[in-house]
Amino acid sequence: MPMLPLVDWLLVFSHFASLSLLAVGGAVTTAPDMHRYLVTQQAWLSDAQFTASIALSQAAPGPNVLFIALLGGNLGLNAGGGMDAGWPAVSLALLGVVVVSMTATLLPSSVLSYTATRWTHHHRERRTVRAFKAGMAPIVIALLVATGWLLMAAHDKPASDWPLYLLTLAATLLVWHTRIHLLWLIGAGALLGALGWV
Amino acid sequence: MPVNVPTHAAPDAVPLAAPAAPANRRDLFWSFTWLALQGFGGVLAVVQRELVEKKHWLTQDQFLEDWAVAQVMPGPNVVNLSLMIGGRHFGWTGALAALAGMLIAPMLLLVVAALYGTVANTAAAQGALRGTGAVAAGLITATGIKLVPALHKNPMGMGVCIGLAGLTFVAIALLRAPLVGVVLLIGGGACLWAWRRLAPRSSTGAGG
Repeated sequence: MPMLPLVDWLLVFSHFASLSLLAVGGAVTTAPDMHRYLVTQQAWLSDAQFTASIALSQAAPGPNVLFIALLGGNLGLNAGGGMDAGWPAVSLALLGVVVVSMTATLLPSSVLSYTATRWTHHHRERRTVRAFKAGMAPIVIALLVATGWLLMAAHDKPASDWPLYLLTLAATLLVWHTRIHLLWLIGAGALLGALGWV
Repeated sequence: MPVNVPTHAAPDAVPLAAPAAPANRRDLFWSFTWLALQGFGGVLAVVQRELVEKKHWLTQDQFLEDWAVAQVMPGPNVVNLSLMIGGRHFGWTGALAALAGMLIAPMLLLVVAALYGTVANTAAAQGALRGTGAVAAGLITATGIKLVPALHKNPMGMGVCIGLAGLTFVAIALLRAPLVGVVLLIGGGACLWAWRRLAPRSSTGAGG
């Protein structure tokens, strides 16, 4: 069974690590470049594996960055000869998940973020730090609302998508004005969708 | 190692005194595990609801400030936020505990799902995903709206804040401008303006 040699693991590691520091605005912004590198250039993953990794991570709970763990897992599976190869392949897949993808993706950005946060916290009375936080506050709020808008606008056929818009609006109002547990809303959305009502 | 014991906060002292705090690192780990597992279609709305509104580990103002930093730093935003919250209470080991909570359980769930099942391509499963997506859009929108009152204390004034927020919304949501450019241009301008509005050393006797 063809295994990725150590050099290749190092390549994967350094590629993910370099993307880590570029991922301003979230992990998903790195997806196009991941695709270019892993699928098109190196052919380590199939297109289907890449798409399935993204789809699965969006369906599951947790931070979006976990799609990278799935990409790493698939890399490991491929390197170990696929699911038929049994436990060694599966173990290698897990190694791929944990060591390469997540460490490489999270370590550089986390160290930088943590250090920067300690610094701003330590100097929180400084005029520059206060100006940064005050200046960014309205921008950050607008970005949240814009994210919601973009998620909704991805469905761009008002004739058939209007029930979805209503659902988004209802969820917005309920979260804004009530203390209803968010899981009820998620569950209701899933149910309405599964029944084909939205 | 508790880094900062909340003392009686000076009037404009930025955010130390939240009404409550995590008991220990284990508390951090399990709290973040639980909120990550609730985060379908995004974890941020859950963080705001659980940590600000229920547990009171952060005030609304602190949440907004932390989120501003988390957003600007590279890396996944909610991961950055978990590091910040954990780190504020227990130093870097707290940051690791929060990070581990945020990642481990959802990752195990994903690996199991990837190995033993596949995303069902049935109409019902696709429909459910469509429905939860629409709800997730509402959750994140409401999280943003709920932060608006925190702008009342902003040195730029409410009017300027609303104008800046409107501009940002139009640029990102309607014009689909790239995020980095918007943050640098509008955000950078806003920070400069805020800097001018914050009088140098206006605070009464810095340091007490």
